[in-house]
Amino acid sequence: MPERRQFILNGIKSLGLATAGGLAWSGFIEEGKSAPLVLRPPGAIPEKQFIASCIKCGMCVEACPYDALVLAKPEDDTPIGTPYFTARTNPCRLCKDIPCVPVCPSGALDKTLVSDKGENGELKLNINLAKMGLAVIDRETCIAYSGIQCDACYRACPLIDKAITVEYTRIERTGKHAMLAPVVRSSACTGCGICEKACVTRKASIFVLPRDIAMGESSIRYVKGWESRDEERIKDVTEDVKTKTPRSGKKPVDYLNEEVF
Amino acid sequence: MKKYKYLISRRTTQAGVLFLFFAGNAYGWKLLRGNLSSAKVLDVMPLSDPFAVLQSYAAGATMAGDALTGALIIFLFYALLGGRLFCGWVCPVNMVTDAANKLRKSLQMDKEQHSMEIARGVRYWVLGLSIILSTVLGVAAFEWISPIGALHRGIIYGMGFGWAFVGVVFLFDLFAVKNGFCGHVCPLGGFYALTGRFGFLRIGYDKDKCTLCMKCTDICPEKQVLHMVGRKSGAVLSGECINCGRCVEVCNDDAVKFSSIYSK
Repeated sequence: MPERRQFILNGIKSLGLATAGGLAWSGFIEEGKSAPLVLRPPGAIPEKQFIASCIKCGMCVEACPYDALVLAKPEDDTPIGTPYFTARTNPCRLCKDIPCVPVCPSGALDKTLVSDKGENGELKLNINLAKMGLAVIDRETCIAYSGIQCDACYRACPLIDKAITVEYTRIERTGKHAMLAPVVRSSACTGCGICEKACVTRKASIFVLPRDIAMGESSIRYVKGWESRDEERIKDVTEDVKTKTPRSGKKPVDYLNEEVF
Repeated sequence: MKKYKYLISRRTTQAGVLFLFFAGNAYGWKLLRGNLSSAKVLDVMPLSDPFAVLQSYAAGATMAGDALTGALIIFLFYALLGGRLFCGWVCPVNMVTDAANKLRKSLQMDKEQHSMEIARGVRYWVLGLSIILSTVLGVAAFEWISPIGALHRGIIYGMGFGWAFVGVVFLFDLFAVKNGFCGHVCPLGGFYALTGRFGFLRIGYDKDKCTLCMKCTDICPEKQVLHMVGRKSGAVLSGECINCGRCVEVCNDDAVKFSSIYSK
């Protein structure tokens, strides 16, 4: 049965070569996918969905009046063909009409993420809702934290006194000087990067990182009693304990009566 | 001049489409914005690459209206018109592979050297792999490595190292397989070969006029579709034909012509 043998062998060969090709191909993709430090346009859906949805057409790039957005070239450390911006050289200017978002054909940039909902359900663009990233400050190189009066980032911030505030403290070392230190407020910061561009240190001491990189996350059960209505967060939280450890079978009060540590 | 009628028209549409996209970005012209992956005509009609949208779906994306409508428009356009019109008349990589083929001919590569061969059906394997890998990896897999995307994006928005992707295709076609990329490997070509199979516009062959000079099969980048030459009259039915019309131009006997799928 040489013909049947031939047929089966051909099939195995094709499958094998396809597997080899597929492995090399997916290796290349996986390597390129791991670029977590990229800053996306306003209204971008979460990164994992973003790289699945973005069709790489560049219409957001064309719409950007400041040429801040660019499509990633192969040598850029970003998934190829997807839009991003570099805060230090050309940050997002937070245009009020957000021209880059409505032109997106694939929904990778989602208008609802940068819009207030009106009473009749109609969307009204509001760029201040953008969450492109979060500015973080290196206090060791920021000259304001060394006591020099610099407020470049604070003055440059489009959301001055909301996203960046200045905290006045007394410099204990001299005993007679004040430190005017910039502090970023994550609830208001859009991640536009204008502060990073404005920073006067050789390498920016305030810089924008993607929010999921820059921020931690604490349990929802930590309620700040001094903040009004913060309690409401835990209204729907179940009381089930999901964490299972050798000790979790016991009641909390047992730890007071037993020597457990 | 008549000998190059279709060739000149093809180069004109290929370069013209690219230029309109380029002008859309550089000068703000509204006729065509975006690129070959997704575009908008006069800020009204969306156009999208149906294969790219299919991969995004496989990757788990919920595509919004414009990409979907655009993909449907392009899909119907080529499916009704027939064959791989996109490959022959729009895709910029066609210019690259044609250049490689031209150089291959003038270097007499095929006479002096043993040519490497791979099966024409490889493109359907790559097509299947594109969908599978898109599903597994959660990104549009072919769009990630596509030399087509690298080339048109590069021309419209800046090339960078994208030359490498195009260079690989050129060198592969020049030194490895004749008509290697477009005729064997490219899954977008495979996609349009499958979807353009029942379209209207076809090459028609008339056996009674044919003198068997074989210039048509000599010039054809998809020789297998002209299997009827010298055997029987009829239309080229394979979807793998890119409708480039080179066979029509080189025929001195009026035996090969553009016609419809219904021609006998």
